[in-house]
Amino acid sequence: MNAWASKWGGWLEERLGWRAAVRLLEHKEVPVHRHSIWYYFGGMTLFLFVVQVCTGILLLLYYRPSAETAFESVEFIMTQVQFGWLIRSIHSWSANLMIGTAFVHMFSALFLRSFRRPRELTWVSGALLLFLSLCFGFSGYLLPWNKLAFFATKVGTDIAGIVPLIGPFLLRFLRGGDEVTGATLTRFFGFHVAILPAIATVLVSVHIYLVQKHGMSTPPSVDADKVPKMKFIPDFLLRDLVGWLTAVTVLAVLAAIFPWELGEKADPFSPAPAGIKPEWYFVYMFQTLKYIPSKILGIDGEVLGIMFFGFLGLLLIITPFISPREPRTGRRSLLPIAGILVLLYIIVLSALAYRT
Amino acid sequence: MWQQLLLVMLVSPAPAQPAQKAVESSCVRCHLAMGDPLAEPVKLSAQDIHFQNGLSCNACHGGDPTKDALEEAMNPRKGFVAHPLRKQIATLCASCHSNADFMKKYNPQARVDQHSEYLTSVHGKKNQAGDPNVATCTDCHGVHGIRAVGDPNSPVYVTNVAATCGRCHSDVKRMGSYGIPTDQQEQYSKSVHGVALMKQRDLSAPACNSCHGNHGATPPGVDSVANVCGQCHVTQEGLFKQSPHSKAFAENKWPGCVTCHQNHLVVRPTDAMLGVEETATCAACHDRGSPGYVAAQKMKSEITNLQTRLDSAKQVLERAQRAGMEVSSPIYQLSEARDRLVLARVQIHGFTPAILQKTTAEGESIAAQCEQSGWQAIAELAYRRKGLAVSAAILLCMIGLLLLKIRQLKT
Amino acid sequence: MIPTEQTTTRRNVLNYLLGTAALATLAAIFYPIIKFMIPPRVVESSASSVVAAKVSELKPNSGKIFRFGSKPGILIQTPAGEYRAFSAVCTHLDCTVQYRPDEKLIWCACHNGRYDLTGKNISGPPPRPLEAFTVNVRGDEILVSRG
Repeated sequence: MNAWASKWGGWLEERLGWRAAVRLLEHKEVPVHRHSIWYYFGGMTLFLFVVQVCTGILLLLYYRPSAETAFESVEFIMTQVQFGWLIRSIHSWSANLMIGTAFVHMFSALFLRSFRRPRELTWVSGALLLFLSLCFGFSGYLLPWNKLAFFATKVGTDIAGIVPLIGPFLLRFLRGGDEVTGATLTRFFGFHVAILPAIATVLVSVHIYLVQKHGMSTPPSVDADKVPKMKFIPDFLLRDLVGWLTAVTVLAVLAAIFPWELGEKADPFSPAPAGIKPEWYFVYMFQTLKYIPSKILGIDGEVLGIMFFGFLGLLLIITPFISPREPRTGRRSLLPIAGILVLLYIIVLSALAYRT
Repeated sequence: MWQQLLLVMLVSPAPAQPAQKAVESSCVRCHLAMGDPLAEPVKLSAQDIHFQNGLSCNACHGGDPTKDALEEAMNPRKGFVAHPLRKQIATLCASCHSNADFMKKYNPQARVDQHSEYLTSVHGKKNQAGDPNVATCTDCHGVHGIRAVGDPNSPVYVTNVAATCGRCHSDVKRMGSYGIPTDQQEQYSKSVHGVALMKQRDLSAPACNSCHGNHGATPPGVDSVANVCGQCHVTQEGLFKQSPHSKAFAENKWPGCVTCHQNHLVVRPTDAMLGVEETATCAACHDRGSPGYVAAQKMKSEITNLQTRLDSAKQVLERAQRAGMEVSSPIYQLSEARDRLVLARVQIHGFTPAILQKTTAEGESIAAQCEQSGWQAIAELAYRRKGLAVSAAILLCMIGLLLLKIRQLKT
Repeated sequence: MIPTEQTTTRRNVLNYLLGTAALATLAAIFYPIIKFMIPPRVVESSASSVVAAKVSELKPNSGKIFRFGSKPGILIQTPAGEYRAFSAVCTHLDCTVQYRPDEKLIWCACHNGRYDLTGKNISGPPPRPLEAFTVNVRGDEILVSRG
């Protein structure tokens, strides 16, 4: 058996040169310390992304992206296709879980200062991937073409239209017209299954390559030279697998006990349902906009709100370049405080949105 | 110059209608110049359909509109009548409105029988006998500023009819001597028809004139009530006429329909009206043990059984739907069963249990099918949970073994 | 740690169990995926286009109620032999209409509303015509689709 494997291994090595990659993985090590648990979240996000790609491709076998057929095709998947309810519910739940783990991964990298030199570009590609996942969520949400999705998209693209200078262009670009119509649906479908995945492939490849190149970063509180390390294969990978299988179990439970609802087919002529809210990962921004007064110093409040969030997004991307080099001993660094404030802000505003 | 322009703008009424034909008459000129109250009829003439069609004051009042001098313009020898007597008003209006040759110049489809109808009505008869209290043309249509019947601001536009009739018929002092009730408008406003017309703006719902007539206004006679209701409620009328009640009511001189449903305060009927409980409508006439009593009981139980079946099917389907199962097909089918219940409730008016039995049997069988589909969906849910349990067990085993392997590798 | 026979056996047992569990896990994951990819018996969703009736079952001057999405529809064959389909929801108060072969029109039993064979409301309370659907005949099947 082993002779046969090594013969084939040799054949592939001569043509693909795959052993170099295997050697890299065999040598890869992960530091073991108090904060090691956070190392799992990157891989978890990647795993959930793979789940999304697989379930998404399966859904593509039956989904039809036009206003006349989208809702019916999702209904068909939920009722006629064997295990259609499972694949669709997993896709919807896993989207939310993935964005959740992406946020956790980002905050952990922020607080553990993983973005320090030479890992700045890893951070930048990661921040872009976070925004990309929000775009995936926003575009995918419309695809079932139900009432909630229709109005959430209308409100969301309305907000995009408020951005100064490029707002009206952005609104037409997103909607494929002036209003949310079947053209919007087809366009969002194109974004969701082709354009965003293409960009994601590039960014994910860059991100993972950089992680392998620079290895796992250790937090400043840990001595990088003396810290014990565990081998990636098999130790860390087995633990990764435990996490991934737990995620699969959670998804199966969610899909069977809390199946994702179908809703009612979108009707552009009927009024908006009461109390619409965007998905949880946008809700804190939505709630903030509700609290901003309509005019501040003569500028439209909503415009200021959007610019504020745009500014925060920009700060997120350039975090490695604006945070202090090394925390000076004895003096509290601003960074964890800023990070905690942002986290609290997100939690508090989301809670407020769901309380009403 | 600009002051005059401003004055013209301030004084001219904003045109609400297409430009009215300019009516040249001394009546208009003089009366307008004299201010209120004499100017009032002229100001109302902007909305008046007669003025809009080129007629002026002299069409009704006589006199000579080409003359400016009062004695010539308002000359009785030229037919001038300042205030026509109440007894004369209908004839005055009819002088044009009953003249087919004249009316077809303005509206070829206009009816010309209003006056002859009016004379058959209670209003018409009393008016001709000299009663000053009863309605004549101007009481309902207005006197100056008469709008077309189709104009929503007209007092005889369908949604305004009840208020117009009610102006007199709800006035206790005025109606005192006639010995008829004065609560019709109030009752009507609470009825299904009143709410449909006034609140829900369903213009097809009946107003006073739908049942009583317009110009020949008379309450339908005892034997014609069913016909009147039957203009819309065709099926109920047809069944009633074939039912045992038809002959019985005719013999006792009881009016069809209103005996059970009332005339002005027609409320939405409920299943509580049917049956033999103390408060049921049937029990008001049928003694215990009589054939009618037995029939009422049977019909009530058929209806109640079907309603119960529908309710239980609805409950199961809603439970399945809430749990996330797709049950839109049986929910649609349940509406067919519900249609049977609606039909059965109509078929009560045949007052023969055999008529409804077929309908309720169909309804029950459909509802039973739907309920079964609901239970199947819930069973599918249980199957999914079992499948989940199996998969979760496999996954948890795998996770457990991995943890053991990790522990083993540590040592 | 010096591997003893006991630890070796334990390791082999564990590896064996792990292998079996891994196969079971893969089966549990791939079973639904394979089943999903096999086309279901009904190949297309029916809500935007339905087979309302077979040509053989509908005679001239007759009508049939069928399900269209979540609401009833009515398919008629006119006395001249042409197929027409409309929403069967009366535009007055949502009762289900029916075909009247004696009057050759569509009638609503609730308040005596009438529609002609083009769906136009011609008498009684209904304020609007019935929504018309498109009819196509495919072999023996009469297909009704929206607009």
